[in-house]
Amino acid sequence: MPDMQRPTLGSASFGLVMGTLAGAALLLLAAPTLVVLVTSFTDGYSLKFPPPAYSLRWYASLIDAWQLQDAALVSLKLGAVVTAVSVVLGTAAALAIGRSRRAWARGLDALFMSPLVLPALAFGLASLVFFSTAGVELSFLTLAVGHIVVSVPYVLRTTLASLAQLDPALLESSESLGAGRFYTFRRVTLPTIRNGIGAGAFIAFMSSFDNIPVSLFMADARNEVLPIRMWQILENSLDVRAAAVSGVLIAVTVLAMVVMERVAGLSRQLR
Amino acid sequence: MTAAAITAGLAGPATAARTRIGREWTLALPLAAFFAVFFVTPLLLLVAVSLFADAEMTRFGLDQYVRFFGDAFNLAVLGSTLYLGVKVTALTLLFGYPLAWLYTRSGPRMQSALILVIILPLLTSVVVRTFAWIVILGRDGIVNTLLLSLGLAETPLRLLYTEGGLVAALVQVQMPLMVLPLITTLSRLDPNLLDASAALGAGPWRGFWKVTLPLSLPGIVAGCLLTYAASVTAFITQSLVGGGQMLFMPQYIYQQTITLHNWPFAAAISIVFMVSVLGVVMLFNLLGRASKGYVHA
Repeated sequence: MPDMQRPTLGSASFGLVMGTLAGAALLLLAAPTLVVLVTSFTDGYSLKFPPPAYSLRWYASLIDAWQLQDAALVSLKLGAVVTAVSVVLGTAAALAIGRSRRAWARGLDALFMSPLVLPALAFGLASLVFFSTAGVELSFLTLAVGHIVVSVPYVLRTTLASLAQLDPALLESSESLGAGRFYTFRRVTLPTIRNGIGAGAFIAFMSSFDNIPVSLFMADARNEVLPIRMWQILENSLDVRAAAVSGVLIAVTVLAMVVMERVAGLSRQLR
Repeated sequence: MTAAAITAGLAGPATAARTRIGREWTLALPLAAFFAVFFVTPLLLLVAVSLFADAEMTRFGLDQYVRFFGDAFNLAVLGSTLYLGVKVTALTLLFGYPLAWLYTRSGPRMQSALILVIILPLLTSVVVRTFAWIVILGRDGIVNTLLLSLGLAETPLRLLYTEGGLVAALVQVQMPLMVLPLITTLSRLDPNLLDASAALGAGPWRGFWKVTLPLSLPGIVAGCLLTYAASVTAFITQSLVGGGQMLFMPQYIYQQTITLHNWPFAAAISIVFMVSVLGVVMLFNLLGRASKGYVHA
């Protein structure tokens, strides 16, 4: 590049402006996570930063915080159910619409993706209205149904992206060699799209585990989920235990991310 | 049967592929049925409920919509919500674009470190990220501690529950949604174009405005769309960092439903909110289509 050999005012200022903004963006992205982690080890009763002294007392206090534990358990169970159903429904739909350029496929694609851009809170309210009109009492099942609608798009998106990389010639040669549909799916299609499904399942789980707009309307007293419980803690008392819960969640997220990166190449699937 | 198989074989793989695809559409049926019952029907029902004239749902009428548009307070809430999204999206683009640019110019080792920093907030719980901002902006928070120790302020400033604090928090929370599509578009950009621009005597600023930026418009549109849609509906961040001082549409809907039990009005403002957001999204999409045409030209 010519400007590398002869640094000018223009190239210096360009690099400076872009570098400064990018650096600020990086700081903005990373700092809050670090602040929460440091705060969670505080010895004090307030969210003072930097903490006056360090201890593990707030992590220890989680051991008998049964309300938080119950909420975490409900969220984990919910995430598992939602992910399983989303993967089955989403992958099947992706196989159907991924190879078609027809209008119905484009239409379905837009419909299945619309929960991503639609205000989720409005959908939460709509679900509440729907189930109460139908006379169905709110339960774990109705909560899961609401979550599936907003989680399916993630599976669909990553699976469709990985399907796009599958060479149709491979399917044709498998078929012309006498392989049946299921054999072809198992030996040709599945190995290609496995990473896409895996990354989609991971994001679907995280989105359900973190969902607020749907849970806000659909969760009843028996099925209180973790994010709602945390929100109530923060809104009412700014309890320092929230910092310890956040610390645990960050640690688990980082661990899961590293595992998913190794197993499914998560960062490549997200783009 | 045999004759059909032979003709299919003679016609070549294209026909075989077509028959296979011909049956595959049935795989979309389960999800289509699921969406029809649990997504489309509830939304239609929401429209129906919004058409009740009274909170007890006895008479039909457009009263809820008349009430919404007849009150300047409601219009102000809608306006400030939509405007909040614009501010957050613009700032996210300002900081996110250089970050995506930096990513495409880094080596593979640096790239994996950067992508980790970009994705981690996306996967960390929104409550946790919002909580971080309470710690940062609070009375004893990091910003106030810094200002006090530097002597820039004499008493702790009120940063939490202000619109500036809320915008900062939302920019951080939604940044990954902007950066990821930008990285995708910028990585696909042909580096020869910039080299050609430089060889023809254009400086880096000119090359950026005339080559890089126009060619990355589809990524900008995709990023803005996701960021905008997410920031106007960010109930948790809006209610915790914004506090009770400012009212935005999501809290307004929640309040009307859970606290006041006025379902028809809650449904009506939900519909107004949804239509407004979809309107903005469609506008973005139109821009995106126009920009794609620009890229091919």
